[in-house]
Amino acid sequence: MPGFDYQKIKNSFNWQDVKAELNYEHNPTKNIGWYCSDRICDLGIGNKTALIWENALGQQRTFSFEDLRVLSNTMAAYLQEQGIQAGDRVCLFMDKIPELYIGFLGILKIGAISQPLFSAFGDDALLVRLENAKTKAIITQRKHIVKVRRILERTPFLQSIIILDNNGKPLEAREVALELDSLAPITDFFPFAVEEETPSVLHYTSGTTGTPKGVKHVHQSLLSQYITAKWVIDLRPDDIYWCTADPGWVTGTSYGIIGPWSLGITQCVLDKGFSADSWYDFIQRQKITNWYTAPTAIRSLMRAGEDVVKKYDLSSLRYLSSVGEPLNPEAVLWGEKVLGKAFHDTYWQTETGAIMIANYPDLQIKPGSMGKPFPGITAAILDDRTFEPISHGHQTGLIGFKPGWPSMFRTYWDNDEIYQAKFHNGWYIPGDKAKTDNDGYFWFIGRDDDVINTAGHLVSPFEVESALLQHPAISESAVVAKPDLINMEVVKAFVRLHAEYAASNDLKLNIMNFIRKKLSPLAMPQEIEFVNSLPKTKSGKIMRRLLHAKEWGEDIGDVSTLDDELN
Amino acid sequence: MQDHEIKQTILEYIKQEYIDDDSYELSSSSLLISSGLVDSFSMVSLKRFLEIKYKVSIPDEKATPEAFDSVDSIVELIKQYL
Repeated sequence: MPGFDYQKIKNSFNWQDVKAELNYEHNPTKNIGWYCSDRICDLGIGNKTALIWENALGQQRTFSFEDLRVLSNTMAAYLQEQGIQAGDRVCLFMDKIPELYIGFLGILKIGAISQPLFSAFGDDALLVRLENAKTKAIITQRKHIVKVRRILERTPFLQSIIILDNNGKPLEAREVALELDSLAPITDFFPFAVEEETPSVLHYTSGTTGTPKGVKHVHQSLLSQYITAKWVIDLRPDDIYWCTADPGWVTGTSYGIIGPWSLGITQCVLDKGFSADSWYDFIQRQKITNWYTAPTAIRSLMRAGEDVVKKYDLSSLRYLSSVGEPLNPEAVLWGEKVLGKAFHDTYWQTETGAIMIANYPDLQIKPGSMGKPFPGITAAILDDRTFEPISHGHQTGLIGFKPGWPSMFRTYWDNDEIYQAKFHNGWYIPGDKAKTDNDGYFWFIGRDDDVINTAGHLVSPFEVESALLQHPAISESAVVAKPDLINMEVVKAFVRLHAEYAASNDLKLNIMNFIRKKLSPLAMPQEIEFVNSLPKTKSGKIMRRLLHAKEWGEDIGDVSTLDDELN
Repeated sequence: MQDHEIKQTILEYIKQEYIDDDSYELSSSSLLISSGLVDSFSMVSLKRFLEIKYKVSIPDEKATPEAFDSVDSIVELIKQYL
C-alpha cells in the first residue's frame, strides 16, 4: 500500500508528525468544525462533494465542502442567537439527516459540546442522558418531538428545543422552528478558538452498574481520528466512503464525520432501514469504494444469501472494514469469497475515541483476530489481579492501554470517580479480555463484566433491570446476554411476577414493548423467562453470572455464596 | 379471516405501539423497515405480536426486512401460516 508500512511506521511513529501533517500548531484554530470544513476549502477543494445523502423515499441531497462550511457557519450563528455559548451541551436527537452532520460541526464551531443521541431512544433513556449533561438545547425532528415533550417537566435546564421540520405546526413552551435553508447564509464565521483540551463531544455509554455515563472527548481527538481514518480505514482522496454507523454512537462521529471530512473525503449516508437489496443497490449506484460497517450487518448480509449479491455490480468496492463487536472468521472469509475483499476488523470503544487495535491494509489478516495495536498506542494483555503485563502469549488477560493518545476520553461527565476507577497500575482498562499470539496479533475473548454487546452497542443490564421493575407486574428481574447468531448477543430477562399477575405470552409482549419505549429497541429483551425465584447471594444480591452461564452453556463455577434458602 | 381485517388490526397495532406522532399517516403500503419506523430489533416484538394474535409460528428465516417492510407484505406473510 503506498505510503503505509505498518512495521516501519510502528517503529518510528510520533504524534508530533500527525500534528505537523495537519499544521496543527500554526493553524488559526484547533476546532474540529473548522478542520472538517473551512480547512478543506482553504486547501482548494471546496467544490468537492462532501456528502451524498439519500433516504428511504429515494430523495437525494448533495453537499460540497463549501456548502458544509457555509451551512455549519449558519447553524453556528443561529445557535449563538439562541443563547448557546461555549461549553454548553447541545443534543442532536434526529435520524441520519444532513442537518445532523451540519449541526454537529456548527455546535463545535461555537465551542459548545455536541451531544448526539440515538433517535430510537425512549423517554427514560433520553431523560437520563439530558439530565446528566444538563443539556441546554436539543435539535430534533417533528417525528421525535413527542418524546421530548413527555419529559419536558423534568428537564427545566433545557432552554431551547429546536425543531427542524415543524412545517408551521403549533409550537409549545421552549420550542422554536428552524429551517436552515431559509436563513441567510453565513459565509464568514470565525470558529471559537478552542484549545487542544477544550471539550468537543459527549457520547453516552453503558456500564454494568449505575446510569449511562457521558464520555467526554476534546478537540485534540481529531489527531487520532484523522490518522486512523487515513491509515487503518485506508481512506484515499478519490474514495467514495460509506460508514454505516449512526452518529448517535461514537463510530458515527469519529468515522462518520470527523475522520473522513478532516481528510476531505466524499462520503455517503443512507438514511434507510436495513435490507440486503437496498444496501447492495446503494453501493452499486453510489460506486462506494470504501465501506466501514459492523459485524451484525455483515452477518445479516450473509443470511440474505449469495443470490442477492449476484444481482448487483459491487466491483467499485476497494477496501472493507468492520467495527462493533468481534468479527467472526466466517464473516471475514465470506467477504473474500462473495465480495472479493476481506473485511478488516477494528477494535476500539467510545472511551478510546479512535481505533486502537486493527487489521491493516498491508498486514495479513488472521480471520477472527483483532489485529495489532495502532502505531503510537501501547497495548498489553494484563494479569487481572496485579494489572502487570503478561509476558508470554496465549494467556487470557485484560486488555490495557497506556494513557496519552489524543482521542482518549478525559472523564465521565459529572462522574470522575468512575473514570478514575478505569485506571490500574498506569494502564487504562477498557473492560475486555483478550490474548495474543506469537506474531503479536490480539484475539478477543469477551467482556470482563456483565455489559451486553448487542449489534455492537453496549446495553447495561442494570438499566434494563431497573426499567423492568417499573412494570406493574414485575417484582424482581435479572438481565443477561444471550448468544445470538446475528447480533452476537441480545438481551434476555428473567422476571418474577407479583402474585396477582399470571405468566402469559401477552404479558411477555407487553413487557418487551414497555422496555422498548422506555429505553430503546436495543435494550428490549428479545426473550423473557418467568421464574419463581432468582439466584441470590446470602446477602441478597442477584447472581447474574449463574443465569449468564446457563444461557451460554458454561460451568456455573463457585456457588458457595449462593443462598440455598432463597433458591 | 378477511385480508382487510388483518390489515386493519396490524395497522392499528403499529400506530399504537410504534408511532409517537399522532399526525403520522400510516397506510398499508407505508414503508416500515426501510423508513426506520420499525427497526430490526423492534421487528422481534412485532413478530411476537403477530404470532400471538394469529396463533401462528413464523420461522425466523421468513421474518426478513422485506417481509416486514409494509403492512401489505406482512399480511401476505401471515396468510401463509393461517
